[in-house]
Amino acid sequence: MRQDAFKSGDVRAPILRRPFFWIIALVITAFGLAPAVANDVELRESLLLAAVYITLASNLNLMLGYTGYINFGSIVFFGLGGYICVFLMSAHDWPLAGAVLAAGAAVSLFALLFGLGILRLRGAYFALATIGINEAVKAFVSNFEPWGGSSGLYLSTEIFMPLGGPMQALWVIYFLMVGVMGLSLYLSYGIKTSKFGLGLMAIGQNEDAAAMLGVRTPLYKAFAYSVSAFLPALAGGLYFFKSAFIQPVDAFDLGLSTEAMVIVMLGGQGTITGPTVGAYLYEELRGRLLTSETFSNFQLVISGALLLVIVLFLPGGLMGWIYGRWPRMKRVLE
Amino acid sequence: MWRDELNAAGGIKAGNQRYKVRFVTYDDQSQGGRVQQLYTRLILQDKAQFLFSPYSSGLAATAAVISEQYGKLMLVMGGAEPKIFELSNKYLFQGITSADHYLSGAVEALRSRNPHARVALVYSDDPFSKAVALATRDQAREAGFTLVLDESYAPTTTDFSPIINKIITSKADALLGGGHYPDGATLARQLYDQKANLQWVTLLVAPGNQEFARLGPAALGITVPSQWEIQASYKPQFGPPAAKFAKAFEEKFKIAADYHSASGYTGGALLQHAIETAGSIDTDKVAAALNTMDVTTFFGHIKFATDAKHHGLQIAHEMVLAQWQMKNGSLVREVVWPTAARTADILNRMQ
Amino acid sequence: MFGIVASIVDGVLIGSVYGLAAMGLTLIWGVMDVVNLTHGAAIVAGMFALYLLTSAAGLAPYAALPPILAGGFLVGVLLYWIAVHRMIGRPPLMSLLSTFSVNLVLIGLGTAVWGTVLFNVPVTLPGVSWQGYTFPGTHLLAAGLTAVMAGLLYLFLYHTRLGKAVRAVADNREAAELAGIPTTQMLSLAFGLGVALASVAGMLIATLFPFTVLAGDAYQLKSFVVTVLGGLGNPAGALLGGIALGLVEGLAAPFMPVSWTLVIEFVLFVAVLIVFPGGIFAFRRS
Repeated sequence: MRQDAFKSGDVRAPILRRPFFWIIALVITAFGLAPAVANDVELRESLLLAAVYITLASNLNLMLGYTGYINFGSIVFFGLGGYICVFLMSAHDWPLAGAVLAAGAAVSLFALLFGLGILRLRGAYFALATIGINEAVKAFVSNFEPWGGSSGLYLSTEIFMPLGGPMQALWVIYFLMVGVMGLSLYLSYGIKTSKFGLGLMAIGQNEDAAAMLGVRTPLYKAFAYSVSAFLPALAGGLYFFKSAFIQPVDAFDLGLSTEAMVIVMLGGQGTITGPTVGAYLYEELRGRLLTSETFSNFQLVISGALLLVIVLFLPGGLMGWIYGRWPRMKRVLE
Repeated sequence: MWRDELNAAGGIKAGNQRYKVRFVTYDDQSQGGRVQQLYTRLILQDKAQFLFSPYSSGLAATAAVISEQYGKLMLVMGGAEPKIFELSNKYLFQGITSADHYLSGAVEALRSRNPHARVALVYSDDPFSKAVALATRDQAREAGFTLVLDESYAPTTTDFSPIINKIITSKADALLGGGHYPDGATLARQLYDQKANLQWVTLLVAPGNQEFARLGPAALGITVPSQWEIQASYKPQFGPPAAKFAKAFEEKFKIAADYHSASGYTGGALLQHAIETAGSIDTDKVAAALNTMDVTTFFGHIKFATDAKHHGLQIAHEMVLAQWQMKNGSLVREVVWPTAARTADILNRMQ
Repeated sequence: MFGIVASIVDGVLIGSVYGLAAMGLTLIWGVMDVVNLTHGAAIVAGMFALYLLTSAAGLAPYAALPPILAGGFLVGVLLYWIAVHRMIGRPPLMSLLSTFSVNLVLIGLGTAVWGTVLFNVPVTLPGVSWQGYTFPGTHLLAAGLTAVMAGLLYLFLYHTRLGKAVRAVADNREAAELAGIPTTQMLSLAFGLGVALASVAGMLIATLFPFTVLAGDAYQLKSFVVTVLGGLGNPAGALLGGIALGLVEGLAAPFMPVSWTLVIEFVLFVAVLIVFPGGIFAFRRS
């Protein structure tokens, strides 16, 4: 429950002294070193996907877990980030770094503008509005010829040359993605232990009470929404650059935000470890089911069933259960 | 079938070695994201040495990214869009006619019946159909037709009534377009239900499938550009002649052979021929063999473009135009164009 | 000119069927303040039920309506007890997620059984021709049956005791409970009814167009758009909303590439949500 997530570790200790800071650093290092040391390309590929899921889930958590606002269409940030990055690189020859950062900035701005409009809505209406935005953007891009319409945009293989050729580029992209993932984790943690995070949690508990107590709710919500868009946009830029191909149906796939939401709930909304562990396990499950013909989409059935169980009996997810059994973990694993 | 026949005969002869062929296949469920993951898996985990592309131009493009990243040779028998070959590839080869020549035969055939036709170009919004439409637009104008409607529809469309109403409003004589099987078949059915009364209909892909006959009266008179028909009379330099292939296929799989199965078989045959010519299974040597290839199989004449801008594009193979007609009480596909290859005259559609 | 009229008429015919689907969604919303995210699965269930009944059981297409209505109702009641009952009164996130998870399970099972292949139920009826345009018989009959279903729902809600009880629970659950109405049973009844309407709508759509297991998502979205247009909790509004949507689509189609109508739909959706949070013909303001 969000109440448990509230009681995080000692908020007065300087950040470098808190164990969780180093736990995150450990995870990031593990991601970075494991495939590199073993020179294992397969491992790298599956960890890349895990990193994408972790990024999406952690950033979704900022809205879903902290403020309680259900962003069903969060994938729109990922897709738009991908499109802006690929477009700038293919049509205007921008270098990767510039294109990715521009994508992040543009999408955050977009989120801020739209957020101000739809964050006045509560509960289910907000959730539906986020779906509406995703679908509207998808339908629009499908008709927008400068961005390739429904056929999408292709990147020529030469695009990997500035990075040293395709094989090396894939490694560079991987490390960058791990970086984005790491930033997402630190961002979640940083916000959670800050005054801003306190305000968001208050909104999640009881928005009207929070407003009466002086929390500037419209501003806080809009800011959270905009911030939650930035890193997924970066991830989108990197991911679609690597795929050298982007089309609306893949970029704005509502199924992916669905999975991110399931991951956050399964892992434990409002926590940071929850979405991370959940995303990793979920990606492993998906990878295993990928090649099975009948069960290739079975991860949806399994996660659907798990989600139902969680919602009915265990709303705190995995971390909620862990905190229940070992309350001392609350101080260490956030 | 190619694999089974080949292995039964002892495998591919490359230099002094004989190699049997083993397939590893996955279902991509027509999703681009899966395609990339699965091809990466094929290369890294399953250690595939040669690749065949997925079916559809969009998916072939995503797969090509992976095959080029890892330097593996891929034969594209299911992707006709030329764009894939303009992205600086080295190991991609297209074994079927490319999209920009798909409807040129239909345009010529239509011109022979109605030089001043009012044409509606209605096509699916996917890479392949868009590429076909792009070329057909120019070909239609050069032929002297009036383009009265030019529109695309989402590939997942199931309700064609708005667009059919527009076709009727435009008073078109002829319809060129379509996309793949699901939308093509649905469009054909709804054209019939709404009595669109077009004198000429050419749809891509869908009518080339035997299933299309299930539409009954809705299928009558519809023409389709085909990569190959059983009645085709090419004299092969290697491999079986058309009739023999068709008979063996029907015996083995209990369904009639069509251009999809023919192109699949040919993909294997071309790879085999290239490996045998190169005398090795080294990717670069086989690629070199494919680059110099200029052959005729039962499927037709095959030659690949070798310039850097279009590497791998198919430049020799040609389409025929087939039409669904009634013969002895049942629906069959007859070749109606080019006149040299035809097995029946073009039927005028009447409803 | 005739083309535009034909387009509008056809749009309205099909829009009404979307309205029927939305009626199911809005009824549940209005009675128990739950957004039923299994709505799409219910529509697909109706489609596949028609397919199975006509192909395996050899039933004539429209004769399948009563069994699908009844079956949908039973499934709806079951769904209520599994996923919704415990969520009543809890924050909206909970019921959204519980119905959502059931949807995941159902669609996942559906794809495991039927894949993502296109299915079709061939139904041919003579159409009505006018000025060169034809309105297929199936479209006309589907709209007609929609009107019948809407009429039956109206009769139920306003002219039967049970219907009155349902409306009472929608109005004020506590008062209804105090008046001696078994409100929990009414809630499950309303949910069953909502799912039944969705299933019948699915069946009718299947007589018009081919479908896949995944088609439910698109129709669910359309239902949301219609519900928002028509006003949440207002079944009559939903029907009007469906017709209005059909009108907009029919009016737009002749003047722009048909693929743009989807953009218009979703922009309209978001705009209406922002400007009229309760829907244009709102019955309940949230």
